[in-house]
Amino acid sequence: MTSTADETAGMGSAPVEAGTVAAPDDTAGLRGLLRVVVRNRLAAVAVVVLALFVVVAVLGERLAPYGRNEVSSEDKLQAPSLDHLFGTDQLGRDVFSRVLIGAEPSLRVGLVAVSIALVGGVVFGLVAGFYRGWIDDLIMRVMDVLFAFPAILLAIAILAIRGRGSTNAMIAIGIVYTPIFARVTRASVLSVREEVFVRAARSIGAGDLRIMARHVLPNVAAPVIVQTSVSLAFAILSEAALSFIGLGTQPPEPSWGRMLADGRGFIQDAWWIAVFPGLAIFAVVFSFNVLGDALRDALDPRQRSAIESASAGQ
Amino acid sequence: MAPSDQSVDPVLAVEDLTVRIATRRGPAHVVNGVSWSVGAGETLAVVGESGSGKSVSVLSLLGLVPRPPATVTGTATFDGQDLIALPEEALQKVRGPGIGMVFQDPMTSLNPVLTVGRQLTEGMEVHLGYDRGRAQERAVELLDLVGIPSPRERLRAYPHHLSGGMRQRVMIAIALSCDPTVLVADEATTALDVTIQAQIVELIGDLQRELGMAVVWITHDLGVVAGIADRVAVMYAGRIVEEAAVDALYASPQHPYTRGLLASLPVLGAAGGRRSDLAVIPGLPPDPVHLPPGCPFHPRCPVRGDARCADQVPPLRPVGATAGIPHRVATFYDPDATADPARIEDGSP
Repeated sequence: MTSTADETAGMGSAPVEAGTVAAPDDTAGLRGLLRVVVRNRLAAVAVVVLALFVVVAVLGERLAPYGRNEVSSEDKLQAPSLDHLFGTDQLGRDVFSRVLIGAEPSLRVGLVAVSIALVGGVVFGLVAGFYRGWIDDLIMRVMDVLFAFPAILLAIAILAIRGRGSTNAMIAIGIVYTPIFARVTRASVLSVREEVFVRAARSIGAGDLRIMARHVLPNVAAPVIVQTSVSLAFAILSEAALSFIGLGTQPPEPSWGRMLADGRGFIQDAWWIAVFPGLAIFAVVFSFNVLGDALRDALDPRQRSAIESASAGQ
Repeated sequence: MAPSDQSVDPVLAVEDLTVRIATRRGPAHVVNGVSWSVGAGETLAVVGESGSGKSVSVLSLLGLVPRPPATVTGTATFDGQDLIALPEEALQKVRGPGIGMVFQDPMTSLNPVLTVGRQLTEGMEVHLGYDRGRAQERAVELLDLVGIPSPRERLRAYPHHLSGGMRQRVMIAIALSCDPTVLVADEATTALDVTIQAQIVELIGDLQRELGMAVVWITHDLGVVAGIADRVAVMYAGRIVEEAAVDALYASPQHPYTRGLLASLPVLGAAGGRRSDLAVIPGLPPDPVHLPPGCPFHPRCPVRGDARCADQVPPLRPVGATAGIPHRVATFYDPDATADPARIEDGSP
């Protein structure tokens, strides 16, 4: 660091070194983070796959060669061909088109559900870890109760109360994943709140809200980001599971979980009906998991500095 | 920085401050009835070893020692208010514009994920209601004031871009950002190497002359104290055991603990220079949960012998004055009497 030289030069005569001061940090900010992540080849592939699915989810219908519920009775249960890349189902619907169109509800449910869990969990975890005491006990015991139920069972129970449908599925999955975020956040907050810089912020007159939002939250972001990526995978899986048992996205809307359920009965004769949506689920979930792992590595300060110095040598 | 008589308008006056911290083993008597004051333009050094309560005695004034587990009693008069009795919201207004703090370790006292600029402008946003542009301009001035080159570029730097000395300068700039009346430096040079220490000490001295602040310097480093302080308070086991003008303290330390501390300073070029020549005070500071009865220093005291040592706490009594600053000491031992403890008579005023 050039500033060491500044120090020995003394305060009065410190030389001006405009060129070397505050060099742009290639790992600062989200762009820098992405750069570190994609140095990992597998993670780079995962990012591309996810980007592809997002494009498909956004464009959906426009990319699909056939309509979402376009039935063609002559083309029932056709094996994959050039006309029907992933074959057709028992009603003659094009499986490829439905997989493409099904990306949107799957990703949307996953995204909204994880957003609910993220916001709720981070707020609860932050407040619990920062204030400790009875408020911590209260919040975390409620979280423990939620956490004690098997995830799918709790989601089914919530859907049983609120009724089936994709909106309620989002809420249910969101509630189910809230305790994980609360725990991850609280654990990090517990260590950050003891940091000297928190006391220093207090000593300059910052209040609780400012300290939580500005000093603690950015310092707990790393594990929360990792958890978000991994939870997206599980939320999409949960959506598929709920749709599979008929509680999530409702027919005739295409949904990967729903298509798996429908194709299940024909697996002996027409494997493609179930396999292709299954592969789509696998690809998205696997990609989010790989991305989560890569983020974990990238955000771990020890590993990160190793990556930085390795890349600095190039 | 003229040595002022302490009776002249102290800006911060602490009276009979006591801090207890509840622990699993029982209450820890961390600070036990400490009184001191500091005036504008004056530097008070609070000296003591780790665990002597010197930091807690200052942090507790600002509500920076969590209560509970701590209980704080006594008064701390600042700007016509008693800081100990102030509610949190009112204390927040004192932290920064009233009393600014610089902490020990510049490596951990800056937030690693925020830029220097954002941390510098925080106090101004909270207290002075500056908008972003104005706060940034002031931040540049402050960085310039504390001797950081290219201050405008540094605003965008993250703490890990800066060396320890630079970070401590940033911390000082943050503490100064709201024009504090009192600057508290809590071991502000301890984590720095010696040349940087000297620069930081010099910097704070310059700033004090320029801005007329009162400075409370908490340290265990008697070498630092000699260079900067007007008055020194030596703490041991949560009490002030000796208090004097800095020259008087070095010239004629009265308390056996102070003498021990001064004797344990290595002397450059001293004859021999072997490690064994360094004087040490035998024993360890007392456990604040189980303070010894009587004078807290008596189990380690080389001159104990007075009958009261083991069951009475010696009061701070005046033993003289230098330039209007009283010299006070809390010991039953009277160095002017002969070494025969039997001849020591009632030393209390």
